[in-house]
Amino acid sequence: MNISNEKKSLVIAGAITGIISVTLVLLGNPTNMGFCIACFYRDIAGALSLHSAAVVQYARPEIIGLLLGSMLISIIRKEFKPRGGSSPVFRFVISFFVMIGALVFLGCPFRMVLRLAGGDLNALVALFGFIAGIIAGSLLLNQGFTLGRSYKQSAVEGGAIGGIFGAILLVLLFFPSLLKFSTTGPGSLRAPIIISLAGGLIVGALAQRNRFCMAGGIRDVFLFRDTTLLSGLVMVFVAALVMNLVTGNFKLGFGGQSVSHTDWLWNFLGMALVGYGSVLLGGCPLRQTILAGEGNSDSAMSVLGMIAGAAISHNFSLASSAQGATIGGKVATILGFTVITVLAIVMIRARKREAVHGS
Amino acid sequence: MEVDARGLSCPQPIIETKKVVDKKVTSLSVLVDNIAAKENVSRFAKAMKYDVVAHVTDYGWKLELEKR
Repeated sequence: MNISNEKKSLVIAGAITGIISVTLVLLGNPTNMGFCIACFYRDIAGALSLHSAAVVQYARPEIIGLLLGSMLISIIRKEFKPRGGSSPVFRFVISFFVMIGALVFLGCPFRMVLRLAGGDLNALVALFGFIAGIIAGSLLLNQGFTLGRSYKQSAVEGGAIGGIFGAILLVLLFFPSLLKFSTTGPGSLRAPIIISLAGGLIVGALAQRNRFCMAGGIRDVFLFRDTTLLSGLVMVFVAALVMNLVTGNFKLGFGGQSVSHTDWLWNFLGMALVGYGSVLLGGCPLRQTILAGEGNSDSAMSVLGMIAGAAISHNFSLASSAQGATIGGKVATILGFTVITVLAIVMIRARKREAVHGS
Repeated sequence: MEVDARGLSCPQPIIETKKVVDKKVTSLSVLVDNIAAKENVSRFAKAMKYDVVAHVTDYGWKLELEKR
């Protein structure tokens, strides 16, 4: 595939993704939340009673669709490759804090783009934080940080996360009384299940084919001035922006935005933690979900870490609300930076010692 | 020169390749085992003005980078 074809395909995929995102909002999803990987894992955690915040409980079919869409297309295209074993527990910990940072901001990088397209300027502050986090994480990688190599795994290991998500989908469709459903708040705002699922499957397949990555697009520009990956994200933004303008959902400003707060420092730091963790994990929450679908059990571990992080976030009041970040959320964000940085430095030093003494 | 980027998660294959490219090496090979790493390293190499030839192997691909 030559460069221009790669870019063309990304631009089309980005546009379709942006259109589907706004369509889901028009059909019932919360504002600027056609997709939000962080918010939706949080809703799933709520639906499974892993936390008891009544306003954010719903087994979001979009996320299930994303993962299964990626899995199906990668099997069809022979790109389904079960692999894993690269620091799974440390990945769990990093993802846990990525989720805490995302819920301090109230969105993953994907929703950050959608919030920007809706005119929410708090997301612009968060974008600067995200970029700062990516740069900080890249410095660690340059210093020799690595989570180690992954190795070939069995199809059972690679497919297990698909089984888990498939099971949640079956329960949602056929035994919904087992799950919790919000009756008020963001969790109660939802597009019809079938449309949400279809939207997720399509975007999951597109993201798998085009290696969509919010962190990767920014990384390529800084590292070697290449805008290929970024062009897909820009198109998501442009398409969603146009859709929002046409349908009257565009509202420029900081205050009064849906599911957001104006605490700029914590919007910045929350998303900086997401960027920092994402670079070390090798991809943003969306990319982790897609990779998990491709059979990467390290990314599946990240998915589980994010679900755990979401549950803890709400059980201990770490997630922000429209009033802003909580004390707990601020402490947890700082703790996240500290834990990840200290463990990373310990890891880098151990590797350097090994290199000197021979392993 | 050879960079073994097999099993490394993104963006490490690029960073490890960049470390070698920064030393002004004119010819190197990079071993990758997943499609994203293959595409990312190829894109990086082309931006750095290297010609890239990908050979399919049992683990994935061996990318031969040659300075233009």
